Amino acid sequence: MKLAIFGGIYNNYLALEAAIADARARGIDQFYCLGDLGAFGPYPNRVFPLLKEAGVICIQGNYDDSIGNDLDDCQCGYTDPRDNHFAQISYEYTYRNTAPENRRWMRDLPTELRLEADGIRFLFCHGSPRQTNEFLWESTTSTQFLDKLAIDHNADIVLATHTGIHWQRELSDGRRFVNVGVLGRPENDGSTNVWYTIIRTGKDTPKPTGSARWDSTVNNIPIEIDFIPLAYNHQRLAQEMQNEGLPEEFIDTIRNGWWTTCLEVLPSRERLAGKW
Amino acid sequence: MVRIPMTSPASPGNIPHVELRSLDELWFQVSGTLCNLECTHCFISCSPHNDSFGYLSLETVSQSLEESIRWGVKEYYFTGGEPFLNRDIVPILERTLEFGPATVLTNGIVLQPEWLSRLRDAEQRGKYSLEFRVSIDGPTPEANDPIRGPRTFERAMKGVRLLVEHGFLPIITMARTWDLSEDERILGEFRSVLKEHGCDRPRLKVLPRLQIGAEAGRTEGYGQHDRITPEMMQEFDESQLICNHSRVVTDRGVYVCPILLDAPDARLGETLEDATVNFPLSHGACYTCYQYGAICTNPSASKSSTT
Repeated sequence: MKLAIFGGIYNNYLALEAAIADARARGIDQFYCLGDLGAFGPYPNRVFPLLKEAGVICIQGNYDDSIGNDLDDCQCGYTDPRDNHFAQISYEYTYRNTAPENRRWMRDLPTELRLEADGIRFLFCHGSPRQTNEFLWESTTSTQFLDKLAIDHNADIVLATHTGIHWQRELSDGRRFVNVGVLGRPENDGSTNVWYTIIRTGKDTPKPTGSARWDSTVNNIPIEIDFIPLAYNHQRLAQEMQNEGLPEEFIDTIRNGWWTTCLEVLPSRERLAGKW
Repeated sequence: MVRIPMTSPASPGNIPHVELRSLDELWFQVSGTLCNLECTHCFISCSPHNDSFGYLSLETVSQSLEESIRWGVKEYYFTGGEPFLNRDIVPILERTLEFGPATVLTNGIVLQPEWLSRLRDAEQRGKYSLEFRVSIDGPTPEANDPIRGPRTFERAMKGVRLLVEHGFLPIITMARTWDLSEDERILGEFRSVLKEHGCDRPRLKVLPRLQIGAEAGRTEGYGQHDRITPEMMQEFDESQLICNHSRVVTDRGVYVCPILLDAPDARLGETLEDATVNFPLSHGACYTCYQYGAICTNPSASKSSTT
């Protein structure tokens, strides 16, 4: 089995289009998206035809829950007034510019999905399997916690997004937790590219050369998880954000790869990796 | 802050209980109630002489860390009193970082450069973060010192500078001894002051006052209506309450939360196993926790409720 998994899209339809093309060029035609279709970027309606045309199977993020159910905010849980100010600009723009039929579509998305392939049990969720808007940062999440989460939710591989930064941890008995990254904005590392994840299992896993054994297995089935850096037309996105009157702070992130807002929830290690 | 419906006070027969959903955070009362300061708002009345709770040893902490694996603990928190009065605190934090992320709550006054160098190295060796929360109760000595003691503002800011010089990004925590409407002005002033002290990415956390311990004498204690009723718990997200996902290890057993150490019913048993029982929300401080939510954990562990 081979899958491409996308994290938050944040209205970045240009990155979504590039990701679908990039994955297809790698021979993949099965796509999942872990939610947060809106936020941050321009023209919210443009992601939906792309998702539907490619048959991307979507689950609901906290943003989709909010927009779909006409809530007042994105449920990101910020407490810093500056963070809330920018989160609200983004939310109100996205809500205002999302067509009612797309809102209804988001409202009806499932909050999790399960897939069993080659004997491996995958669990797709947004933040964590137990709470849609839970932040699981690499530096503040212990291995025993992830292990318990995977075991309690009967999963070998737990896939999430929500924090905006890709990472993975190997757990007991070959289990894994994988944050697939996001397509919506760069990862606060000074690069303009975004990230998605490809998973190959069983006979679709590239064969090891010579006497080398499979790098990783779950239930004795080989598995390969690749984080894919994706270049896309970020200058065009920045220009369109400008045309739509979105904040300069957001545009700066797209152009320069550093997060400028919503920094309060970052743990110190992730915060220190950025510029602000 | 949660809006509270009008209710009648809870009677002993109708006190809501909260179950421990999961043990996400394990707290250590690592220096007991011993502190170099004697803040007038301290909810457990810590002081140089209050030894009702004592220091935890490296051995005790290590045993709990081992036991915590089974419970799937996500993060570890260290408090007191002043944790850096415990002479084992550096090895304790080094050991903890092998198990998971650690946060230590300090007044910033007794920090030594050699301890911070060791801790910096320990954090860089591993995969987990070490967070420092420094308590300073306002952006000026005039706001802070009457509560925390003479020259404590200046001394704590030296600690902040030392932490920044060692590559840490301290979270400044302050108890709100002002009106809620003043928050934005005070936080703005604090950001400027921290930048002047070399902290160019200020992280701030405001805590509500807990009207118990010394604070009950400084201002006033809770009134009889300041209690959680069953009606208030309807459709309330229990994960906003620390007792839903935390416990605290002390030298006198395992307690429900780091706030209620002086309450007779807060001691739940000898071991974590004993301490998994449901807890009755019978205290005034429970009401504050209900109102403000997630008052003890870091912003990165935000458990904002979903609908």
